[in-house]
Amino acid sequence: MADVKKIATRMGYGAALRELGALHDNIVVFDADLAGSTQTATFGKAFPDRHFNCGIAEGNMMAAAAGAASMGMVAFASSFAMFAAGRAYEQVRNSIGYTQLNVKIGASHGGISVGEDGASHQCLEDYALMRSIPGMVVMSPADEVEARAMVKAAYEHQGPVYMRFGRSPVPVFHDEETFRFEIGRGEVMREGTDIAIIANGLLVAEAVEAGELLAAQGIHARIINMATVKPLDETLVRKAAEECGRILTCEEHSVIGGLGDAVCSFLSETRPTPVKRIGTPDVFGHSGPAGELLRQFGLCAEHIAETARRFLQG
Amino acid sequence: MTANEKRALQINACKVRMGVIEGTYAAKSGHPGGSLSSADLFTYLYFRELNVDPAQPDKPERDRFVLSKGHCAPGLYAAMALRGFFPWEDLKTLRHIGSHLQGHPNMRSTPGVDMSTGSLGQGVSAACGMALAAKLQKNPCRVYTLLGDGEIEEGQVWEAFMFARHYKLDNLRVIIDNNGLQIDGPVDQVMSPYPILDKLSAFGFETAEIDGHDFDALEGAFTQANAVQGRPFAIVMKTVKGKGVSYMENQAGWHGKAPNLEQYEAALAELRATLTELEGE
Repeated sequence: MADVKKIATRMGYGAALRELGALHDNIVVFDADLAGSTQTATFGKAFPDRHFNCGIAEGNMMAAAAGAASMGMVAFASSFAMFAAGRAYEQVRNSIGYTQLNVKIGASHGGISVGEDGASHQCLEDYALMRSIPGMVVMSPADEVEARAMVKAAYEHQGPVYMRFGRSPVPVFHDEETFRFEIGRGEVMREGTDIAIIANGLLVAEAVEAGELLAAQGIHARIINMATVKPLDETLVRKAAEECGRILTCEEHSVIGGLGDAVCSFLSETRPTPVKRIGTPDVFGHSGPAGELLRQFGLCAEHIAETARRFLQG
Repeated sequence: MTANEKRALQINACKVRMGVIEGTYAAKSGHPGGSLSSADLFTYLYFRELNVDPAQPDKPERDRFVLSKGHCAPGLYAAMALRGFFPWEDLKTLRHIGSHLQGHPNMRSTPGVDMSTGSLGQGVSAACGMALAAKLQKNPCRVYTLLGDGEIEEGQVWEAFMFARHYKLDNLRVIIDNNGLQIDGPVDQVMSPYPILDKLSAFGFETAEIDGHDFDALEGAFTQANAVQGRPFAIVMKTVKGKGVSYMENQAGWHGKAPNLEQYEAALAELRATLTELEGE
């Protein structure tokens, strides 16, 4: 994918907010001193009267967004994933989750690809935290086109949504003209029946590349983009289990509590199927360039392909 | 306020206190102390101050009330029942399985509850978001929120106070129930929030300090608030925790404990005597 355009998914978040802002007066956007990074500044520039910087105070931001939503607004609230899902977990749980209010959390800088800032800012637990809240939709797009479509779907959805966007540029492989996004629906990127690889976020592009590497070795992997972690596309997962027999999950998240666990939980209760999970193990990250960190933690096409090959042998 | 109007409020406040005792006794748990210290405020809000209509609990222009100190739900529920949002008999279902009266206010189960609260510090932030949205929508409503003096130990409260001043939320009314006691003892011994008034002033609030059991003082403070523009308004109410039930007054132990049968009967007898006296005037 060396020749394709690369854009960070957070750019899609900012662009979609701006588009939505022009169409809907009821959108308000909150940020916590990271508007330039989360890209909500793009909205703020176009609609300064509806963009509210809360300063470095994420707890207040989340509950204030809930208050605005209770007045009929659709409130987007943004910070880094670490602070949106981590610092403000209890505000999200009680003021947004329990109330079922129309707050859409746009969390940028998720995962290890935050890079140089190191472990304190590399949120690898946000899917786990957000999945545990009843009624919370949890999603992460694979590229900028999907990011924009996801933000629009989040606006239309009634109730709380958590979206994780990435800091680093990633390949854009969806065609804007034909791409359709639906919350809770996975997307088959490549057909195959030897093994199913279910990925999300920036690992979708890596999984697609892994599919090519495997095909060269005569292994035909089904590659699935599971942008919605919750609610899980159970139909697609079950079909993959039935038709492929083995499943490999890939995510830029701890193997505890994320997409892999969601797939395992579903299958173990409905159709026990061998599953291997690629993600960060039960450790903190550390500083380094995003690309090197991803390779070091095995979040890359080569490691995915190698894991799939060994899985089939074993 | 005429003498008759004031007496009507005092009578209703006494009934609200009886509702607090009925609810917490039936629940065998709950928080009578702070509900009783705030009973006069709840009464003033629901019978004199708030633009609300029990027949249309969702009307967009209604004033909002957020009970940031959500554990004082028994007091809120009693005032709302008395005002007609739901039957008085419901108070006896407080905290029971299937009841719309949850241990802490739930906007999804109780008509007229504007925000689910209970986790301290969050309600005041939600109230700020409401006030901000109301301004955007050119909705003339006001947003009221009640906090405990222990609750303001939460850092989030001061994040919200910064926000209220920064966005010039002059449609916001912050009320702090300064009864001086929290679960573990006197607030100034557990973690002093004092000087409350000076801190609020430093955060850019217009303020008033009043006796929270004096309806004339409440009226004065809320009237004063209406004249302020471009800044939020805060009222610090000096109150007595457990007010109106003599054995509960100024006792931290009655923060979160329900009366037993004997205590329940003693409390109701005392409040009935107060009511008889007020009605006889």
